[in-house]
Amino acid sequence: MLSNSSKEQAPVRPPRILITKIGLDGHDRGSRIVAAYLRDAGMDVVYTAPWQRIATVVKLALEEDVDVVGVSSLATDHLILPQLVAGLREAGLGHVQVVVGGIVPPQEEQDLLAAGIARVFHPGSAREEIVSVVGQLARQARSAANGGFAP
Amino acid sequence: MSEQRLMANSPEKPEQTSPSETFTAERDRWAAAYRRDLPEGPGVVNRSGIEIAPLYAPKAGDPGATAYLEKLGFPGRVPMTRGIYPTMHRGQRWSQRQLIGLGTPEEHNARLLRMIDAGANAISLIPCNSVYRGFDVDQVEAPLLGTCGVTVNTVDDMDVCLRNVDLAAVSTAVNDPSPFTLLALLLVVAERRGVPWTQIRGTSNQSDYLSHYVANHMFFRLALPGARRVLMDQLIFTSRQVPRWNPLSVVGQHMQQAGATPAEAMALTLCSAIQYAEDCIARGLEPDAFLPRFTFFFDISISFFEEAAKFRAGRRLWQKIVRERFGARDERSWRFKFHGQTSGVDLTRQQPLNNVARSTIQAMAGIFGGLQSLHVDAYDEVLSSPTERAARIAVATQNILRDEAHLTDVIDPLGGSYYVEQLTDEMEARMVEIIARVDAAGGMYRAVESGLVQSMIGESALAFQERVERGQETIVGVNAYQVQEDEFSHQWLARPERAVVEAQIERVKRYRADRDQGRVQKASDALARAANSADANVFAAVVDAARADVTHGEICTILRKELGDGMPLVVS
Repeated sequence: MLSNSSKEQAPVRPPRILITKIGLDGHDRGSRIVAAYLRDAGMDVVYTAPWQRIATVVKLALEEDVDVVGVSSLATDHLILPQLVAGLREAGLGHVQVVVGGIVPPQEEQDLLAAGIARVFHPGSAREEIVSVVGQLARQARSAANGGFAP
Repeated sequence: MSEQRLMANSPEKPEQTSPSETFTAERDRWAAAYRRDLPEGPGVVNRSGIEIAPLYAPKAGDPGATAYLEKLGFPGRVPMTRGIYPTMHRGQRWSQRQLIGLGTPEEHNARLLRMIDAGANAISLIPCNSVYRGFDVDQVEAPLLGTCGVTVNTVDDMDVCLRNVDLAAVSTAVNDPSPFTLLALLLVVAERRGVPWTQIRGTSNQSDYLSHYVANHMFFRLALPGARRVLMDQLIFTSRQVPRWNPLSVVGQHMQQAGATPAEAMALTLCSAIQYAEDCIARGLEPDAFLPRFTFFFDISISFFEEAAKFRAGRRLWQKIVRERFGARDERSWRFKFHGQTSGVDLTRQQPLNNVARSTIQAMAGIFGGLQSLHVDAYDEVLSSPTERAARIAVATQNILRDEAHLTDVIDPLGGSYYVEQLTDEMEARMVEIIARVDAAGGMYRAVESGLVQSMIGESALAFQERVERGQETIVGVNAYQVQEDEFSHQWLARPERAVVEAQIERVKRYRADRDQGRVQKASDALARAANSADANVFAAVVDAARADVTHGEICTILRKELGDGMPLVVS
């Protein structure tokens, strides 16, 4: 029986990414553009309206089985991101990687990285960089979820 | 065509005149109006000793004179391409309205008083994001408070914000979306101080709920139909009781910031204004009763000539719309009064001081576009809420452009440029097409409800971003001319102190505990009833509730329950 080559390979699911906004800000140009970038790069993107509660984001991450949660923060909403990381861990989603894009002062970036946020993207970040970093983090998360070693 | 336009300006004009006579008569009418507004015309001489006239235009009998009257006209005269007033910036400087909104009511008041001491007579109030979302301080996560604007929840808070401010002497712009709780708090403060509402001046910024549903979800609290009704109620209430208040600022800024092209942003803003005018007419108002109080608010990008042309074309188109669609006869209805804000979208985090140059060019485009009011963004807006130092540079930028660079010596100095005139025409044609598309979709309300407008803007945002990615748009320091820099060297605005935020939360809790609960209950019930009664004025009930010490968050909660909670219409 002939089959095309893609079916020969083990089925690899595309990275699954949740793009969302928490807290109070509603400016969504950035989150929409990043969602489009990731979709164009072949990833599965779950996109939400702004102002999600932390608990809702955790629930969505679980239900949608995502690898990466991307949060856009243009005001100060990133200040409550450590709660999201904690919430994911409590829900048994410690492998899910959290990235943030937006306006984050350098000291707060350090605090976020220390709290377990994987990456902060600043204004002017290039498309290729976002796509490649998010793809890489998704592979790590998937591998960790499967009990593998995350490089 | 031009004859018809002139007739509209001057019904007494005698019939049968030669083109040259018509031109001369029109020019003389402008000159007389100019001298009336500016009797002893200040002589302006440049550094070479050349006397600079307030206006440069063709002379009677010039080959282009008739076309000039039709397409440009004289300032303050139809079709208003060159400006809405005869003297424009020579007669009246634009209002320098710096946005402020910082931390607690006390902090806000302190900065406000410093600005008033420095000569400001137009003040603004930018509330905290928690206020925008319709909450009191104790309803949200404490770390998010007071970082983007002032936390105002109660009449007492508003009183503190405006302590030692003479409410009858200043014009107050309030960022205050439907249901206009901050205006209600302001009116109650005025009442307490014995200042009659007839003396209260200012503008309800962010009253354009359609723009929020299109592009800036930040500001909506009520579902679309409820927002529509409460705006009309506020408009009718203020026109009767607060006649110097501008109830509506139609906003193009959100749409352009969300990615609309300048032509789209202008066209869609005009579509919103058309919708609001139609809604007013449906509520029985006469066009000339409400159109003079309409104001507009736009983003000014760094695409210099395109922006100047955008404003010239928009102004020309609006006077045509109000006259032809709505039959407005009062000249004040024809005037396209707008505030411009330099665009934060063009600012870069990389080498942030370069943003001073960007804002300067944006401001110039707005000035040449004939704006009435200007806010220049602070260069560090892309890093955090502006520091006071950066805000001072933004104010100085305006002073330099006006007083040092003499940009306001001549009215519409770009007028007559082959490039700018053709661009103005082409921008206008683009706008007319977009307006026709929205008309065909049933008007702006329907076009927003169906998501048509949102998808137009989304496509434009992505298309622009792709141009940047492909290097077709150069952004200095981002995709070209990058340099290594130490970001810790920038000055960052400090976050509010935890104790100050906690004290504010305690104050609101105490306010709620100490008030006359029976009165609160009665006013709350009356507000809910008004929302459910078609012939009640909801905004009047909001003012009554504020007077009875119902808080901002409580008012929003009641109306969200009765009129529906606002959520984005397009999520994908």
